[in-house]
Amino acid sequence: MGRTGPPPTKGPHAIMGITRDEVAHLARLSRMSVTDAELDALAPQLEAILSAVARVAEVAAADIPPTSHAVPLTNVFRPDVARPSLPAADALAGAPAAEDGRFRVPRILDPDE
Amino acid sequence: MTDHPTSPVPAPAPSAVGGAAGSPGAAGTAGGDTVRLSAAATAAAIAAGELSAVEATQAALERIAKVDDTIHAFLHVDAEGALSAARRVDERRAAGETLGPLAGVPLALKDVLATRGMPTTCGSRILEGWQAPYDATVVSRLRAADVVLLGKVNMDEFAMGSSTENSAYGPTRNPWDTTRIPGGSSGGSAAAVAAFEAPLAIGTDTGGSIRQPAAVCGLVGVKPTYGGVSRYGLVAFSSSLDQAGPLARTVTDAALLHTAIAGHDPLDSTSVDLPVPAVVAAAARRDVRGVRVGVVRELSGAGYDPGVRAAFAAAVETLTELGAEIVEVSCPHFTYALPAYYLIAPSECSSNLARFDAMRFGLRVGDDGEAGAEEVMSRTREAGFGPEVKRRIILGTYALSSGYYDAYYGQAQKVRTLISRDFAAAYEQVDVLVSPTTPTPAFPIGAKVDDPVAMYLSDLATIPSNLAGGPAMSLPAGLADGLPVGIQIMAPTFADDRLYLVGGALEEALDDRRGHPLLDEIPAL
Repeated sequence: MGRTGPPPTKGPHAIMGITRDEVAHLARLSRMSVTDAELDALAPQLEAILSAVARVAEVAAADIPPTSHAVPLTNVFRPDVARPSLPAADALAGAPAAEDGRFRVPRILDPDE
Repeated sequence: MTDHPTSPVPAPAPSAVGGAAGSPGAAGTAGGDTVRLSAAATAAAIAAGELSAVEATQAALERIAKVDDTIHAFLHVDAEGALSAARRVDERRAAGETLGPLAGVPLALKDVLATRGMPTTCGSRILEGWQAPYDATVVSRLRAADVVLLGKVNMDEFAMGSSTENSAYGPTRNPWDTTRIPGGSSGGSAAAVAAFEAPLAIGTDTGGSIRQPAAVCGLVGVKPTYGGVSRYGLVAFSSSLDQAGPLARTVTDAALLHTAIAGHDPLDSTSVDLPVPAVVAAAARRDVRGVRVGVVRELSGAGYDPGVRAAFAAAVETLTELGAEIVEVSCPHFTYALPAYYLIAPSECSSNLARFDAMRFGLRVGDDGEAGAEEVMSRTREAGFGPEVKRRIILGTYALSSGYYDAYYGQAQKVRTLISRDFAAAYEQVDVLVSPTTPTPAFPIGAKVDDPVAMYLSDLATIPSNLAGGPAMSLPAGLADGLPVGIQIMAPTFADDRLYLVGGALEEALDDRRGHPLLDEIPAL
C-alpha cells in the first residue's frame, strides 16, 4: 500500500491502511517536520481514523452529484470600485520579520542553484 | 430526568429576569445577582437606568476574577476596553439616545474571530500573541450594537476538537463539574456563560462546536444557517462548514444575539443576501400547537447514553403536551455523516492551514540566516501546531492525494448530497427535526484525549446540519446524573425562526415543570 506502487483501485477495501513511511511523506507534503515519536503515534491513529471513515465507500453513489458547498452560490462579485486597502504598516505589524515596508523571509533559493 | 419532582406549578417570572432587575440592589458591584441576569434583563435594566453598563461590566469582570482561575474560560480579558465601551453606553443613555436591545451587555468572544486591540490566537501556539489588523464582521457588528466585549475565550486549537483539551493554553473546565470537559470547540464560550462570567458568548460551529458545548454546559446554543452570519475574519478551519453563532442562557437571549450578528456581508462571498429570519419574534410566540416535529430514528438508540435518552424522551413528551405533532422519521444516510465529515473537514483544513507558513504572521522558528524558507516553514509548523491539528492536516492531505481523492473526498461529497436529500425528504413531512444533541453528557477531562475516533463520536448528531447547511439549536432538556443534557432542534435552511419558535415554547414548559431554569441547579463555584 506504499505510494510507489500503482494507484489503488476505488473498491471499498482497497483504500484502507496507512504506513509510517506514508505518514512521513504526507508530513513532508504538508511542510511539517515530525519527530520519530510523533510518527510512531500518528501512524496507528491515522490508521484507526481511516478505518472509521472508509465507511463512506459503502454508500452506492455512482449517480449522485457531489456537494462541495451547502448553499449553492456561483460567481459572487462585488462592484468593481476602488476602496481603501489595509495599510501596509498594519499588515506588517504581526509579521515575524519586516524590512523596508515588506515581509522579510528566509532565502527561497538554494545557494548552490 | 432530574432529581426534582415534576409539578404543575404555574411559571413564576423566569428567575433570570426576576429578582434583581427591578431592585436597586441589582446595581451592587458585589455582582452576585447582576451576573445572573439574562442579557435581555441586563439590557432592560440599563435602558431603564436601574443598572449602568459600567456596573454590569464590573460585575462580570469581578466574577471572572473570582472564578476563572478554576474554570479557565478566558485567554485574554480586556478590562480597560470593556469598561470604556460600557462608559460610552452610559454616556449615550445619559444624552437621551435610544439604545439597542443588547447595549451594555457583556459578551465573551471565541478566540477564532479577528479582533482589533486584542490577541487572536485560535488556541494555537502558532498565533501566540498575534493581533489581527482588522475586526471580523461579527465583531464589528457587536461593537456597533454596543455589546461590551470582555475578552477572548478558550477553544480547541483552530476549532478542531470536542472538549477544549486541544487548546495550546490548557483545558477549560465544565462549571457543572470541574473535573469534566465543557465540550468543544467553543468550550470557553460555553463555560464562561454557564459560570456567570458573561450572559452571552459567540462560538463557532463546524461539526457541532456551538451545540455540543451548549448541551454539556446546560445552555442554549445555535448554529445559524450556513451563509446567515458572515465568516469574514473568522479564521477558517473548514470553509464550507464553519458558521458563527450565539451561546446564551435563554432562547430569547440567543435570538437577540443571533439578530445582532446575522445578515448579508459583501466581504464574505458565501454570505447570503436574504433578510435575517425573525428569530426574536419567534422566540416570544410560545405556541407550538400543530407544529410537526420529526424524531430522527438514526440519531437515537445504540451509542446514546440511557440518561441522555431519558431526558430527550421527556422533552419530546413535553412537546406533545404542548400540542406539537410528533412523528418518527428516517434519514438513512445520517449514519454516514460522521465519516463524510471526517474526510471533508480535514481536507479543507489541510488547505486552509497552509496559510500558517511563518512568512506573514505568527510564529517563526529556525530562521537562523542559514535555513531556507521551506525548512523554516516545516520547523515552525512542527513547533506551532498541536497533535490534533497535525493529525487533521495529514489526514486531509492524504484524502486529497491523487489516487485517493475519488475514494475519499469525492465519495464524502456525494454522501453530503445524500444527507441533504434526506433532510429535504424529512421536511416534506415535518417542520423541524429533533434528536439528542450529544450521545453522552460531559465526560472527564483526559478520558478521550488519546483516542481520536472516540472523541469524534461526540459530534454524531450535530454533523448532519453542518453538511447540509441548515440551522440547529441545542436547548437544555434536563440532567442525567447531575450533568446537563441537550435536545437538538433542526430546521430547513433559512428557517432559523423555527428553532426559536419550538425552542422558546419548550424552554418555557420545561422551566415551568422544573419550577426554575436548569442552570439554577448548577453547583456554586
